[in-house]
Amino acid sequence: MLSDSADMEVSVWRGAGVAGQFENFKVPAQENQTILDVVAWIQQNCDPTLSYRYACRVGMCGSCAMMVNGVPRWTCRTHVKVALQGNRISIGPLRNLPVIKDLATDMDPFFDKWISAEGVHHPTRSRDDAIEQIDPEDHARRQANEGIECINCSVCYAACDTVAGSADYLGPAALQRAWTLFNDARDAGRVSILEAVSGKGGCHNCHSQGSCSQYCPNDLNPMAAIAGLKRETALSFFKRRT
Amino acid sequence: MLTVRLYMLQRITALLMAPLVLGHLAVMIYAIQSGISAAEILGRTQGSIAWFLFYGGFVVAVSVHAAIGLRVVVHETFGLRNTLLDLFTWAVAAGLFLLGGRAVMAVTLS
Repeated sequence: MLSDSADMEVSVWRGAGVAGQFENFKVPAQENQTILDVVAWIQQNCDPTLSYRYACRVGMCGSCAMMVNGVPRWTCRTHVKVALQGNRISIGPLRNLPVIKDLATDMDPFFDKWISAEGVHHPTRSRDDAIEQIDPEDHARRQANEGIECINCSVCYAACDTVAGSADYLGPAALQRAWTLFNDARDAGRVSILEAVSGKGGCHNCHSQGSCSQYCPNDLNPMAAIAGLKRETALSFFKRRT
Repeated sequence: MLTVRLYMLQRITALLMAPLVLGHLAVMIYAIQSGISAAEILGRTQGSIAWFLFYGGFVVAVSVHAAIGLRVVVHETFGLRNTLLDLFTWAVAAGLFLLGGRAVMAVTLS
């Protein structure tokens, strides 16, 4: 249990691009404190040039994810007590993404891959048509529902060793989005989705290591979504040849 | 660097290899247990179309399966990409096919 008066040893990554190093700070421990609170305290009390990204502070926007003691976490919802090792915490920028400065990463590759995976809406109807009735108990709808709480935080992308080894791999978040849309009756892009996830960086590169599902802060299961895409692409592989 | 085509090829060859591996193990155990000599084994395999197809199929499946597996390892470990990666994959497949094919020919051709 932390007392309010103790100081924690906090190492924070400083630098731009590929160059940088950890810088140590002493931060007062408080009974209730998140990792984002620690970062904000350093920026407000030690070094105003510290760069980091956040918006909502309540686990909705997905913008504050960082590596905490080597593990990707949403920092606004991660209590210091959960992450503290001894009296130390290291905080770094998300893995697998280019660093802009300090703790802020360039998210472009992450979102570009959502587009590459056809993670965009392909409408079945126009604004002039009646709204489609969706049965919430339908099997495909249930599958789609399992992925819709993704907040695009990139924690799964940072946790994925396949992304680390293969820069072209679309990654768990983009593939889960593709699987969600594939199962959505209001999406007309089933064929284009399967084609998009069957290329060189597609779902077949996943080794099912499961880091995405282990670290997802919303307890989603991108690995299962990728397995679903593998199943559907395998079936369509035979269908296209008959 | 796996497309759906390579992924399916690797799975299909794995499916083919599973019974072939079991058959090979069974043959080895049978040959050792019954104490037959190398000459006796060759006497049964040489000129046999069945053994040629059994081990020939095995070699083809191994060549394809292992080349795709090593392709992934080499890409993720050493960053080999595109044409170089394709060349590596074909080289491994061709090498395994030649080595295995030579052995199959020696054992099954009369």
